This record gives sequence, C-alpha cells and structure tokens, in this order.
Amino acid sequence: MSYTVAALVGVAAALALDLVVLRTRLVTRKSFWVAYAIIVTFQLVSNAVLTCRGVVTYRTAVIIGLRIACAPVEDLLFGFSLVLQTLVWWVWWGRRSGAGRSGAGRSGAGRRGPGRSGAGRS
Amino acid sequence: MRATYLIVLGVCFLGTLPLEVVLRTRVYRRPRRLLLSLAPVLLVFLGWDVWAIGSHQWGYDLRQMSGVVLPGRLPLEELLFFLVIPACAILTLEAVRVVRGWPVGDEPAPPADDAGGGTGPARLPDAR
Repeated sequence: MSYTVAALVGVAAALALDLVVLRTRLVTRKSFWVAYAIIVTFQLVSNAVLTCRGVVTYRTAVIIGLRIACAPVEDLLFGFSLVLQTLVWWVWWGRRSGAGRSGAGRSGAGRRGPGRSGAGRS
Repeated sequence: MRATYLIVLGVCFLGTLPLEVVLRTRVYRRPRRLLLSLAPVLLVFLGWDVWAIGSHQWGYDLRQMSGVVLPGRLPLEELLFFLVIPACAILTLEAVRVVRGWPVGDEPAPPADDAGGGTGPARLPDAR
C-alpha cells in the first residue's frame, strides 16, 4: 500500500470515527476548522524545516510526487487524520465525563446560564 | 545539526504552553483526559510509522537527529512527535474555544428550563 493510499484511508478512518463511530461531528464545527487552519500552518513550517533539510525523506515510488513545503502532499492528509482523530477523542472523553468546559474538579452540571462563552474564563 | 527535529518539537511544545497558562485552556490540567485522548492516536500512528519505516516508505537522517532509535526502528523523535503534536492540536482547539466561544461538542446540554441560551444543538450521547 503506498503512502498515498494509506493517507487516504487515514482520512477516511478519521472521518468515520468523527461522524459515525463516536459521532463527535467535529468536521461540522467552526471551532475545528479554525483550529485546523492554525495547526496546518505550523505543519507546513515544520515540514519545511524537516523535509527541506532532509531530516525526513520519502521514497518517490510511494507518493504521487506533488510536494508542498518540501513534503509530499500525502503528509497533509496524514496530518489531517492525526489532528482529527486526536480532537475527536478529546471531545468524546469530555462528553463522557461531562466536564466540557474548564473541567478541573467541576462536573459541568449546567452551572452556567445562557451565553456560555467557553472554557477557562470563569 | 542533531537537534533539528527536537527543536521543532520544542517550539511546538513551548509555543503552545502560553495557551495553557494565559488562556487557561486547562489541557495539561486535565491529564487523564489528555492521556486518554493521546493513547489511541499514539497506538494508530506509531503503528503506521513503524510499518512505513519497515516498508521503506519514508526514512530518517539519524545524523540530524538524536540517534536514539526505539524498537521497530522508530526514532525517539517520532515517539515525541506523536505526543507533542496531538497535545498542541488539543491546546489549539481549546484556545479557539476560549477566544471565540464556539462550541466543540462536549458542552453539557443546557438545563431543561433554559430556553435555548446555548450556542448549538443540545446533544447528549445517551439520548441515542
């Protein structure tokens, strides 16, 4: 299996985890996409540092050959899969514990009223 | 330079630390949730990495790295990568939540008498 195929499978698996298995539906959320945009920017910078310098190298036979910031485009799929899976688990565990917001010691029992503005700003 | 990869990871780690401290994202302060989130991802991606290394899909110039190699010919930096990067991703998501107030999907449903003050559909897994 080439990196291309593995990376596509990785993205599909992450989407399945998000939408079907754990139903966190992160890919439907603005918060996810804004976070991902920030993360992918730093990924491109890291890829440039590591791949342009040859710290990491890729066998040309297993990639389609298109590169961004020296790294194969497959790396962006790999990164998307990694990030989405991580965040899906984070959100899912948060749901299960009911501690959705700034959670240390609080059980999130509807303490806030309307217009909750997110974690950490108590 | 042997420290290149470690420096990249260090920059990610140190660069996101202010989010925890200043924005109070409380990611490191919820270590159980963090470790539970990292564990399945670590399993999947270390497995992928070892497989890819073994089938020569990618490789590493150990002269530019620490030179410490784990079983499966996995460079130490790769293990650290799959700990640091996911943690940084979580910190980023939580920072977006703090700054913008947008939901991420783990918010408890509002109380029954709260007439829709929330920012998204109330959704509890038990309801399904």
